[in-house]
Amino acid sequence: MSRRVLAVLLENEPGALSRVVGLFAQRNYNIETLTVAPTEDATLSRVTLSTDGSDEKIEQITKHLNRLVEVVKVLDLHEAACVERELMFVKISAQGAERAEVKRTCDIFRGQIVDVTAAAYTVQLTGESGKLDAFLRALDRSAIIEVVRSGVSGISRGEKVLSA
Amino acid sequence: MSETLSGADMLVRALQDEGVEYLFGYPGGAALHIYDAIFKQQKVEHILVRHEQAATHMADGYARATGKPGVVLVTSGPGATNAITGIATAYMDSTPLIVISGQVPTWQIGTDAFQETDMVGVSRPVVKHSFLVRDCAEIPRTIKTAFHIATTGRPGPVVIDVPKDTTDPAITAPYDYPESVSLRSYKPAKRGNGRQLRKAAKALIDAERPIIYSGGGVVQGDAGPALTRLAHRLGAPVTNTLMGLGAFPGDDEQFIGMLGMHGTYEANMAMHHADLIFAVGARFDDRVTNNPDKFCPDAKIIHVDVDPASISKIINADIPIVGDALSVLEELDPLVEAELGKQPERSEAAGKAWWRQICEWRDAYGLDHVMKPREDGIILPQQVIQSLYRATGGNAYVTSDVGQHQMFAAQYYKFPEGRRWINSGGLGTMGFGLPAAMGVQFAYPEATVACVTGEGSFMMNMQELSTCLQYGLPIKVICVNNQALGMVKQWQDMQYGGRHSQSTYSDSLPDFKTLAEAFGHVGFRIDHTGDLDAAMDEAFSAKLKDKVVLVDVWVDPDEHVYPMAIKGGSMRDMYLNKITTSQQGDYM
Repeated sequence: MSRRVLAVLLENEPGALSRVVGLFAQRNYNIETLTVAPTEDATLSRVTLSTDGSDEKIEQITKHLNRLVEVVKVLDLHEAACVERELMFVKISAQGAERAEVKRTCDIFRGQIVDVTAAAYTVQLTGESGKLDAFLRALDRSAIIEVVRSGVSGISRGEKVLSA
Repeated sequence: MSETLSGADMLVRALQDEGVEYLFGYPGGAALHIYDAIFKQQKVEHILVRHEQAATHMADGYARATGKPGVVLVTSGPGATNAITGIATAYMDSTPLIVISGQVPTWQIGTDAFQETDMVGVSRPVVKHSFLVRDCAEIPRTIKTAFHIATTGRPGPVVIDVPKDTTDPAITAPYDYPESVSLRSYKPAKRGNGRQLRKAAKALIDAERPIIYSGGGVVQGDAGPALTRLAHRLGAPVTNTLMGLGAFPGDDEQFIGMLGMHGTYEANMAMHHADLIFAVGARFDDRVTNNPDKFCPDAKIIHVDVDPASISKIINADIPIVGDALSVLEELDPLVEAELGKQPERSEAAGKAWWRQICEWRDAYGLDHVMKPREDGIILPQQVIQSLYRATGGNAYVTSDVGQHQMFAAQYYKFPEGRRWINSGGLGTMGFGLPAAMGVQFAYPEATVACVTGEGSFMMNMQELSTCLQYGLPIKVICVNNQALGMVKQWQDMQYGGRHSQSTYSDSLPDFKTLAEAFGHVGFRIDHTGDLDAAMDEAFSAKLKDKVVLVDVWVDPDEHVYPMAIKGGSMRDMYLNKITTSQQGDYM
């Protein structure tokens, strides 16, 4: 079992995303994260999803995704070198003596404080999922008020391109 | 300058341009603009069914018998949901179906309007693809694309959901029917990879204990003759799946019967002991493999399938070949011929030893061994199929429902070619048989069409006897009546200590003879072996050629289907009758 990131190029049509998501439910595959947005070609959407499973299971998922009529291409980003990032916002209780500590932790992780109130900071952090997990672990658990994560987005390194 | 038509007229015109002969359907509010367009033309004949599920099965039967897509028209809401079982049936068995469903007007979608159902959403897991029409101008291209997707690659059902406003007679658009469509996201592979084909040819020649395992893909791909030629060249035994029966002739001496849960002893033993399995258009279904971990331990596997997702899904393939069965078999044949030429000294002895072994298996526990006719005149269900086979000379189109009668028909009727045996293998839909037979009869009005059913399955769609009368469809319904849900009861006998929970109703069955008569047809009731052949001959006689005949045959209610796979075992693990298993004997 390993965590894998798949990039899916999809016709940008109503209902297309529901087929992708429906496939995972129907075949009892797990979706851990999912992001989707149109590409530079407005007729195409790009979905990045992370899942886990054995090589055989990932192969089956890839084949079944390819079988969907609206799926143009599927790429397992982990097949070769890739860059993957995730965006996270964390609202953190920051009062009294803890206020400075939160700021320091945020600086160590190269986070940005994007909103401030007397009682809380809202921190924006970008990086690989593991870095975001580490940041959350570094905070006092009871200080975390709210967490929003975008899910993984990724792209191949080098000249390799996913295109129609 | 192209013609200007309403959405409803475009839809019907597009069906004409696709060469559609029959449209199986049932009208309702959201589909009424389309029904009015149908009324104004004669080219596409609409068949009025009695229940939408039956419309889908009729279209399915038509498609399976002809290879052409079956077309269905239903209204929104309950019309659409009633069609779902038939769509799922076609999906599981990969038959090309176009299902057009009316939908509430666009502005009402999402408001829980009268007879509104999200048909695209409800059908999504059981369709190859679906469309929601957004504008009447889209209709011609949508229909062309739907037919293209339904009939190419691994075929399947396609739903077109048509909101009522897009068929409004007052709104028109130019009609241009595209000659072809090309989709960047959908390009099914046709030809197999050359290197893989050469590897396969060599493996086939090198094998000492090869077996050909062919499935529904060979029937769908009309690749039966190509398979037969290759099998004869190799001299290898051939087994067919439930869906593949007939693709290799049932009376050929290289045919060793169906395989799987109720496959023949010799076919399952040959699979288990093979050193090479050549799988074509088959998907290693759980009803075939039994426990995948114990599946055929010595076999190298060549797997040919048009759908890449079917390859290595259950059983890992050593030589995977993605391609259309016909194309792959035709390209493989000369390669095998050339390999044979290179190895003239190839041992005939190995092949002979393999066949000797298979014949021993057949002599020990073949189907003749499994069935023991009774002395007291009580008919065995197997004898009903034997009698049907005799009376029809093996030349009927046979549809079936689901249960014991289905397995007996598969075991005992020897089909001479593909598309003759039509049953719901994947979904196992009771109620499929009669409407499917009607679809076949529409396709081939002069053919002999028999529906082998059980009293349980038959009662799930028997309202279509009325449709048979309306269109003069002379189906012969052979009802193997064991006064119980036989297969359920068999499992309860074998796995639940004989507790027949909700599987019997013998005190409340209708008189099927008078039931047939009430619908304007002919009915017989038979309950003694001495009367069976005569009744069957009469049912298929010239005198009753134009009539629906329902032959209600009361059979031994306690008969089981054997062989039967032992759950969790390998393919060689079978119950051979009520007291013997293959594990007990010195079977090898």
